[in-house]
Amino acid sequence: MKIITGNDLESGAVTWWNGQGWSLRVEDAADAGDSAEAILAREEAARRVNAGYIIEGEPGSDGHPRPAHVKDRIRGLGPTVRLDLTLKPGDEIAAREVI
Amino acid sequence: MVELLRLRKDETHSEAAVTVEAFLGRTNAGAVRIEPGEDGRELIPHLDRIRLVEVNFPVFGDGRGYSAARILREAGFTGEIRAVGDVLVDQIAYMRRCGFDAFAPDTPLNADDAKNALERWGEVYQPTTDGRRPIWAQRHE
Amino acid sequence: MYQYDKFDQQMVDTRVAEFRDQVERRLAGKLTEDQFKPLRLMNGLYLQLHAYMLRVAIPYGTLSGAQMHVLADIADKYDRGYGHFTTRQNIQYNWIKLAEAPDLLEDLAKAEMHAIQTSGNCIRNISSDHFAGAAADEVADPRPYAELLRQWSSFHPEFSYLPRKFKFAVIASEEDRAAMRLHDIGIRIVKNDAGELGAAFYVGGGMGRTPMIAPLVRDFVPLDQLVTYAEACLRVYNRYGRRDNKYKARIKILVHELGKEEYTRQVEEEFALLLEQNIEPPIAELERIKMFFGDPAYDQDASSEIDRSDPDFALWVDTNTKAHKQPGYVSAVISLKPVGGIPGDATTAQMHLMGDLAARYSFDEARVTHTQNIVLPHVKISDLHALWTELDAAGLGTANLDQIGDIIACPGLDYCSLANARSIPIAQQISERFAKNGKGDTLGELKLKISGCINACGHHHAGHIGILGVDRKGVENYQLSLGGSEAEDTSLAKITGPGFDEAGIVDAVETAADVYLAAREGEERFIDTYRRIGMAPFKEALYG
Ligand code: HEM
Ligand code: SF4
Repeated sequence: MKIITGNDLESGAVTWWNGQGWSLRVEDAADAGDSAEAILAREEAARRVNAGYIIEGEPGSDGHPRPAHVKDRIRGLGPTVRLDLTLKPGDEIAAREVI
Repeated sequence: MVELLRLRKDETHSEAAVTVEAFLGRTNAGAVRIEPGEDGRELIPHLDRIRLVEVNFPVFGDGRGYSAARILREAGFTGEIRAVGDVLVDQIAYMRRCGFDAFAPDTPLNADDAKNALERWGEVYQPTTDGRRPIWAQRHE
Repeated sequence: MYQYDKFDQQMVDTRVAEFRDQVERRLAGKLTEDQFKPLRLMNGLYLQLHAYMLRVAIPYGTLSGAQMHVLADIADKYDRGYGHFTTRQNIQYNWIKLAEAPDLLEDLAKAEMHAIQTSGNCIRNISSDHFAGAAADEVADPRPYAELLRQWSSFHPEFSYLPRKFKFAVIASEEDRAAMRLHDIGIRIVKNDAGELGAAFYVGGGMGRTPMIAPLVRDFVPLDQLVTYAEACLRVYNRYGRRDNKYKARIKILVHELGKEEYTRQVEEEFALLLEQNIEPPIAELERIKMFFGDPAYDQDASSEIDRSDPDFALWVDTNTKAHKQPGYVSAVISLKPVGGIPGDATTAQMHLMGDLAARYSFDEARVTHTQNIVLPHVKISDLHALWTELDAAGLGTANLDQIGDIIACPGLDYCSLANARSIPIAQQISERFAKNGKGDTLGELKLKISGCINACGHHHAGHIGILGVDRKGVENYQLSLGGSEAEDTSLAKITGPGFDEAGIVDAVETAADVYLAAREGEERFIDTYRRIGMAPFKEALYG
């Protein structure tokens, strides 16, 4: 399972390839499979993503792809030590699932 | 776009540059190219007959060429020092301070961007052989 | 404190304009990310795990109260209400927008600050003793030399594309409070037998994956050759430092591979040639800079008496203040390590308060320490109680300087894209554990340092106890090491054995602390006991 992630050039926000475009929510991440490299090359060339890269994915508890490595899951959530600053402020369960 | 940006008035030297090794082995070449990792100091005994030194930057992040150029200028070389290879507009101001007076990057420079870059820094903190008076000298006129 | 003249101001203003132009070209697609990256890095702008991160230089760790206020304002205006003070005496903001970075730098420039060369393969911000100018044991204030070198190294045309980053530290006392010998170049200002000041150069120290203690390369460089000698050291490195492998590119590897004698020989040869180039600023320039670092207008009659009737206050005075050269004064250390807090983080409100307190109680001056705390260098002893009361009310009065709760921790996996494991939660749990079990005070001086990966930003090699986060098959794991020191008795810590998981590492630290408590003799600190009894008893207790 392949997930593509990168950043928004202007804001630096972390973005995830959702199959059609770029989402701020890691939950939207799509399995790009064998096309991952081609998609990333195309999206970078079109300047829709900055500093993109491909990571391993795995099925999450709800069946949706999620990043296989804890680093990318923290990237998807935000700092575990400042839950107020994450995309799910104050959601301790989300933080626990990440690790 | 400019293929060769020259900041000197003399005529362009069109002889193809030879390697340092070839230069040291031959007596009549007037143009030589220094690769990163080569010791430009080996040229010092022969400076009077060199008209052009090309300093190659295979990747822009390899800064050895800055030292190579400055060392030649410190040794009194007055011929052309040309930066070639992966040379970017954001680097040419520092290169010029180190003694480069010509730029022939793989990707040609935009003339306006190059002009901006070269004119941007009105003052400098360090003296080099480019003759600019550093800030500390102006503070103690 | 140093103040910019029109030249210094013009240089930082020009840099802001240059970066604004570069950002515009990047946003317009005229620069690729590969081309832009070294440019943004030279302005302190990283792309980190969650967003752009900006590192602002605090040259030799000194700043005014007014500048502290500006740092607070920036946290509010461009970030999310806080900043992180680092082991290199800088401050980092974690949530910066590229499009706003030039405006931020412009705000900084108005307050005589910048982010120049806080990253990239160039000469970085120069660090120094956080008690400079206040310490009783210094032969001179080291900061004028650091400022001289700051100007020399800023926008250096020859040394902006070095093999790797390059860090200086400058101190001027026997006691080393700046980890001087763990820098690429460590300079100690010394006095020779004739009573003249000069500089001892230690070259080739560093942490990272191959930690090394810098050897002494020259014991006395006269002050009117300081810049020239540094230039020679750098030129040899720029020409011959390894560029084939970024893990072997630091100057420590060059010095190690050539050997100290051969490196020194090459430097001396280059130095002789450079002396003819007259690149050294005149002594008058050093004198000009020194004028800015004169003593503040101390109250000569300040009393040294202190009312210790409040035990909490007395404890804070005992742990968090340091002797001052001026009778009636001390240097007060504000701990950014509240129990369970994030080491080095300060909120906008806390920064504003520290700015105010610096103005009110410390001649408008503050310092950032490499241990991620803030110092008010010149506080009248008679003001201490009022100062402490205000700090305490704002959560800044923790009395734990150099104790186990005063942990250095890098941002780790919570913020850093290079990390293998989180550092901050480990720091939080350890400080909570030792606050709860009451052993914190009993342990006395115990320097604990945590890095989230082998880059060692958290100085774990130099911790009495060091913790290194590693990735074990996708799970965070922590290696424990013992016996490091970054003080004048510099030593590198040794790994105890197999790593621990998150809960295990906290227990392991307590186990190591208990071994010490049981074995300590007299006034021994943890590190002294470790050096006396060696690793074996610790290993035995940890792994049985
Ligand atoms: C969050 C972004 C950061 C990144 C990407 C980063 C990157 C690095 C890297 C790659 C190294 C190893 C250099 C080498 O060995 O060649 C290093 C070393 C170091 N960094 Fe960081 N760092 C970061 C944050 C910090 C912070 C927050 C601090 C201070 C708390 C810091 C202070 C240091 C120090 C003191 C060293 C070791 C000294 C040395 O050998 O250079 N860094 N950093
Ligand atoms: S030590 Fe590693 S994890 Fe920690 S800040 Fe440095 S690079 Fe990041």
